[in-house]
Amino acid sequence: MPTLQIREAIRDAIREEMLRDERVFVMGEEVGHYQGAYKCTQGLLDEFGAKRVVDTPITETGFAGVGIGAAMAGLRPIIEFMTFNFSAVAFDQILNNAAKIHHMTGGQFYAPMVFRGPNAAAHMLGSTHSQAFDGIYAHIPGLKVVAVATPYDAKGLLKSAIRDPNPVIFFESELMYARRGEVPDDEYLIPIGEADIKRAGDDVTVITWGQSVPTSLEAAELAAEDGLSLEIIDLRSLRPMDTDAIIKSVKKTNRAVIAYHGWPYGGVGAELVDRIQRLAFDWLDAPVARVCYEDVPFAYAENLEHASIPQPEDIHAAARKVAYRD
Amino acid sequence: MDLPDKDAPLPDTLSSAGKDETLHAYREMLRIRRFEESAARAYTRGKISGFLHLYIGQEAIAIGTNLAMREGDRIVATYRDHGFALAQGCDANACMAELYGKRDGLVGGVGGSMHFFDRDKGMWGGYAIVGNHVPVATGHAFASKYLEDGKVTLCFLGDGAVGIGPTHEGMTLAGLWDLPVVFVVENNRYSMGTPLERTLPVDEITARAPGYGLEGDRFQVTDPFQVRERIGAAIERARSESQPTLVEILTYRFRGHSMSDPAKYRGKGELEAFRATDPLERVARALVEVHGFGEDELEALDEEIIEEMDAAMDFADESPEPDLDHRFANILLDEDPEPPAANPESSQENA
Repeated sequence: MPTLQIREAIRDAIREEMLRDERVFVMGEEVGHYQGAYKCTQGLLDEFGAKRVVDTPITETGFAGVGIGAAMAGLRPIIEFMTFNFSAVAFDQILNNAAKIHHMTGGQFYAPMVFRGPNAAAHMLGSTHSQAFDGIYAHIPGLKVVAVATPYDAKGLLKSAIRDPNPVIFFESELMYARRGEVPDDEYLIPIGEADIKRAGDDVTVITWGQSVPTSLEAAELAAEDGLSLEIIDLRSLRPMDTDAIIKSVKKTNRAVIAYHGWPYGGVGAELVDRIQRLAFDWLDAPVARVCYEDVPFAYAENLEHASIPQPEDIHAAARKVAYRD
Repeated sequence: MDLPDKDAPLPDTLSSAGKDETLHAYREMLRIRRFEESAARAYTRGKISGFLHLYIGQEAIAIGTNLAMREGDRIVATYRDHGFALAQGCDANACMAELYGKRDGLVGGVGGSMHFFDRDKGMWGGYAIVGNHVPVATGHAFASKYLEDGKVTLCFLGDGAVGIGPTHEGMTLAGLWDLPVVFVVENNRYSMGTPLERTLPVDEITARAPGYGLEGDRFQVTDPFQVRERIGAAIERARSESQPTLVEILTYRFRGHSMSDPAKYRGKGELEAFRATDPLERVARALVEVHGFGEDELEALDEEIIEEMDAAMDFADESPEPDLDHRFANILLDEDPEPPAANPESSQENA
C-alpha cells in the first residue's frame, strides 16, 4: 500500500471528487498558481483549469459567501481557509448563512460544501494565529465538523465531506501535513460521525482528535512503560459525535481523559465530559480529566507556547491520576 | 383616492407605457401597499411579532425590476423583502401566514418577516444580517457563469449596507470575475434612523462603482417603467456581456425603519414632500390622465385588493401553528437531493 503525506491525501481526495463531479470546485487564497499555501492543491490548477481552481484575493467573508451562494445554486464548493484563524472574519457567513440556509428557507435551499484548512496552534505564531475553532464551530446546529489526524482518515473523510449535502467544517493541521501513512489505491469513504480506536487498551480511555492524536499515542507509549494500558479513541467527527464508541470504551476502562487542542472553557471537551457523566455515571471510577490548552491567549515565545499546549507527558500524567497511580 | 400634485408632468417612461401594462403595474404596486398596511394593522393587534420592516413608498422598484426580469433570474433581498416576494408572484396568503408564524407560511413559519424565500418564484431571500447577502448573491452569479445557465442575479441592499465589509468583498469579487449580477442600492436616505450624510463619506454611492470594476447608474425613482428600463439595461449587460453593475436608486420609505420606529428624525415637511411624489400616486394619475380611467374604477380596484388582503389575514389567522416536531426539521439533510450526473465508474458508491 502506498504511503502518502496528509497534504497529498487531501489533494487526492479533492482531485478524485473533482473528476467524479463537475460541480466540485476549490476556491481560496493561493490555491491555484501558488499550488496551495500548504500544497494541498498542488497540480490541480494545471489539471482542471482556473474555472475550477479559483484563486481569490484576501476576502474571507467574500469567498466564503460566494461558496455558499454557489452551493445554493447547484455547485459543490470546497472553500480553503489558509488557516481557520482567518475564518474568524468569515464567521458570519458560516454561522448565519451556511448553517442556517436549509432551515430558514423551510428546506427550499441547502449548502452542500466544505470549509477546510489548518486549525489550532502550529509553532510560534502568536495569539491570533494559534487558535482552535473546534468548540466554536461544533457549537452550531446546521454544521458538521470533522478533524483528521492521518492520511487515511484525511482522504476518506474529505471525500465524504465533499459528497455530504450539508456544510462541513474540515480541520487539518499545519504541523501534520507532512505526516505519512498508508492510503489504499482503491477508492474508499469514511462515514462522518464514526470514531476510530487508534490504539486498543484496558485501563484508561483517552478521547482525542486532530493534533492531539499523535500526542496521545506518544502518551500511550509512556504509560505502557509503567504498565498502564491506554485506549486511544480518535473522535474524528466532532459533530455529529460518536457517543456510542466513547461510552462503550468508558464502560470498559471506567476512566476517561480528554486530550485536545482547544481552550478548556466550554467546547468539545466539556461536551464530552457531560455525555460521559450522564451516560456512564455508574461506571466511572474517577472524575473525567481534561488535558487541553491553558486558558490563555497564546504567546509567541517558545517556552511559553510549549507550556500551554498538551504534551505527551501531560496526557500520561492525567491518565495516571484517573488510574490513581500517583 | 386623492391624486396629489396634479400639476407636475408625468415622466415619459410612464406616460408612454401602454394601458394594460400600466394597469398591471398599478395593481401590483397597490397590492404591495395594501399588504404592508394590513401587516402593520396585524402587528398593532398583536398578530405579528418580531421585526416588521415595511416597503411602503418603494413599491415601484420591486415591480419595475420584476418587469425587467426573465424566468430563472433571481432576487436576493434584504429584510425589507415583502414587496419583492409579492412582485415575484408569491402567494399573498403564504406571505401573510409567514408573518403570523403559521404552518402555511412561505417557509413554514420558521423565517418570519425578514426571511422570505420562494425558490420557484425567483425569490432567493430574505437576508437579515446587513450586507451578508452580497457575497451570497455574488456566489449565485458565480454559479451562473460556471454553469453557463444565462441567469442574472439581482441583489438589493439599502444605503445602510454600503459601509459594511461583506458588501465591499462581494462587489470586489463580482467585479474581479465579471459575474452576471446587478447590485441595486435602494437609497431611502436613512440607515435606520441615521441620515446618509452621517454614514457615507461621499455624496453618491455609485462613486464606488469604478473601484469595484462595476458599471454605475444612479437615478431618482419616478415610476416602475423607468425602473424597468434602467434595471433592464443592467440586466442585459449582465446577461449578454457578463458585466456587473451597481445601480443606486433614490427612493423614500413613508414609514419608520420598522414598526417600533416613529421616524421622528425626519426633517420638517420632508415626508409630505415625498408623499406628493409617491410613484404609486403617479401611476394612478397616468391611468386617469393618459388612459382615461375613472376614479370609481380605481376605487373598485382598490376595494378588490383590500378584500384580497383581508382574505390573506383571515387565511393567516386560521392557518394552524407549525407542528411542534417542525422545530427539528430542515437542520441537516440525510442525503443529497441532487447527486452528481451518473458516472458508470463510481455510481455504486454512496457517502
